[in-house]
Amino acid sequence: MDLGLVAQYTMNGLMLGMMYALVAVGFTLFFGVLDVIKFSHGDVLTVGAFTALASFIGLQSIGLTSDAVELLAMLVAAIGAMALLGALIARAFILPLRSAPALNTLLITLMLGTVLRESVRLFYPDGANPKPFPRLLPADSINIGNFNLRLDNAILLTVGALVIVGLQLLLSRTKLGLAIRAVAQDEETAKTMGVNFNAIVLTTFAIGSALAAFAGLMNGLYYNEINFGIGLYLGVVGFSAAIIGGLGSIYGAILGGFLFAGLQTIGAVALPFASAYKDVFAFAVVIALMAWRPTGLIPEKLSERV
Amino acid sequence: MNRFLPLAAAFIFAGALGVTGGVSSSYAKDKIKVGFIGPLTGGTSANGLGGRNSADLAVRLRNADAKARYEYEMVALDDECKPNVGVQQATKLATDKEIIAAATHYCSAVAIATVDVYHKFGLPVIVWGAVLPDITYRNKYAEVHRVNGTMINQNERNAELLSSLGYKTFAVIHDTTDYGKGHNKYFSEALAKHGGQIVGTFGVTSDQQDFSAELTQIKSLNPQGIYFGGLTPIGVRIRGQMDKLGLNDVLFDGTSGIKSDSYIDGLGKLAEGSLSFIEGGPTERLPGGKFFLEKYNAQNYPNPPEAYGGFAFAAMNLILDTIEEVGPDRKKVQATLNKVKDRDSIVGKITFDDHGQNTVALITAFVAQDGKWVVWEDSEYASGKRKLLGQK
Repeated sequence: MDLGLVAQYTMNGLMLGMMYALVAVGFTLFFGVLDVIKFSHGDVLTVGAFTALASFIGLQSIGLTSDAVELLAMLVAAIGAMALLGALIARAFILPLRSAPALNTLLITLMLGTVLRESVRLFYPDGANPKPFPRLLPADSINIGNFNLRLDNAILLTVGALVIVGLQLLLSRTKLGLAIRAVAQDEETAKTMGVNFNAIVLTTFAIGSALAAFAGLMNGLYYNEINFGIGLYLGVVGFSAAIIGGLGSIYGAILGGFLFAGLQTIGAVALPFASAYKDVFAFAVVIALMAWRPTGLIPEKLSERV
Repeated sequence: MNRFLPLAAAFIFAGALGVTGGVSSSYAKDKIKVGFIGPLTGGTSANGLGGRNSADLAVRLRNADAKARYEYEMVALDDECKPNVGVQQATKLATDKEIIAAATHYCSAVAIATVDVYHKFGLPVIVWGAVLPDITYRNKYAEVHRVNGTMINQNERNAELLSSLGYKTFAVIHDTTDYGKGHNKYFSEALAKHGGQIVGTFGVTSDQQDFSAELTQIKSLNPQGIYFGGLTPIGVRIRGQMDKLGLNDVLFDGTSGIKSDSYIDGLGKLAEGSLSFIEGGPTERLPGGKFFLEKYNAQNYPNPPEAYGGFAFAAMNLILDTIEEVGPDRKKVQATLNKVKDRDSIVGKITFDDHGQNTVALITAFVAQDGKWVVWEDSEYASGKRKLLGQK
């Protein structure tokens, strides 16, 4: 196989991995602060992508045509709205269930995800059909042998990396990050030290959901098409990525996301069977990894083992 | 039985809403139920809703006809283009003894999964859109009929046309449902007959999002065209991602599965030059197409009839004709349907062979030109004014 092709596969895998990682980080954040699994996370991504699309159409109808301004407005609208939605979900469904068994949270968010997904399908105009997503990034590309490097992909990848670095800095360098980590480590102690527990939980859910909105927008710009089902699949993959990485660990989630994308690419390219089995292959490896390291590749430092 | 009561009530209520006004004399007629199944939600719902409306149109026109012996009510169910859902809905229809006959299924994977149900419960059906040959040919069920042609004819025309244009090498992407696998099989066979070559075959799942790995591999195989056996949602994705990966001079050769307006809406300019084929002709060119479109538009349905609307109309109309002729009895309706020969319909003559398959083999090729599916012969690509991608 020539180098150009290898480079192309690597680029494809990196783009996928970035989206998976962004979703996985959300799962891991939620698990970190509250020890809950929020299954509606993928569908928040879908709603985010559709919010961005709707704001684009809105801007078009008032006659705005600058790509940069539109993109910025879509980003702000999607991230703002999803942060709000994430906090709302935490406030209305997750915090009240804190003392209930974890299974209840899992179920209620699973159902909530279905409600979100079906709402997009039913209430977004013609929402059952795939929707074209505007091309707002410059589409210049250079061909190096078999490798086609597109400027828009490079931008998406860079911005995605910056978002993850930014999140890491937020968690490790700011007071808010300190509070989030304190709550994640020990809720009672954090409360005694004057951390506003509820506010921190809501903020964390807002941050995680904003990441999902960003991933949704990225998904739309990358594929130029969104549909009501994107979040379901990305949710499952993101969740698996968070699990193999080690729930609760940011680095683990990122590693898990890229690992999963790598497995899918290998499954489609290097293995002798039909590419339809690439997901079977990737998930089978996930199962094997979980059997080998039940707490994930990078386990949470203070995870409770029972 | 009780738990079906609310549902039945809902249908009757909905039916009552649908026929308010203009039917004051019909209370004297017996009320007969007929069924319709298609994908009313999900990625292929555009075709399903178009088919539903068209079948509904046949029922409305009949109910407005003072000479009709019965008053009809259509029960429309949603198979979501999923075989498991389709089997449930088929069972629901087939076990309801009040339903005399039904026009069923657009998706081949669903239609092939449900034939046994219709056979078991003795419900005569006419398939209105699914093109997998096995639906009529795998078994010899007297209950199952089909007004549209099959993908065998479609792929022969496809391979013949492209070979005549000088295309020799193709990569195949197909979904791994019966529909996609059938297309792969018949296209590969037909292409071999015309001396073409398949350089690679890729089976993909019907809800796959990312095709970059498959397309990168195809890029290294350097074919003139990508043949796609599957439906619109992933067709849109594959065509879009071809562009992203720099497959700029490769033809996108589709099937009846992408002949819908949502393929073009989903892709915009990128749809230009894609090919698709349907059994039968474009609605406006069908023998009764003008009449059908006039009546269809007069009802102000929110969605267009799409490629198979005419067939759904013809299927439902044939059912209603037969019930008018022999009365509301499943056995008699089935026996009469099996003998249909040279029957005029808006899709041309209908003749069922011993498998219930309509023997028309009229296939029409389309090319996407300036945001519309244009009949190949009328297009600027056929006249040589424009060139398809990958054409040498």
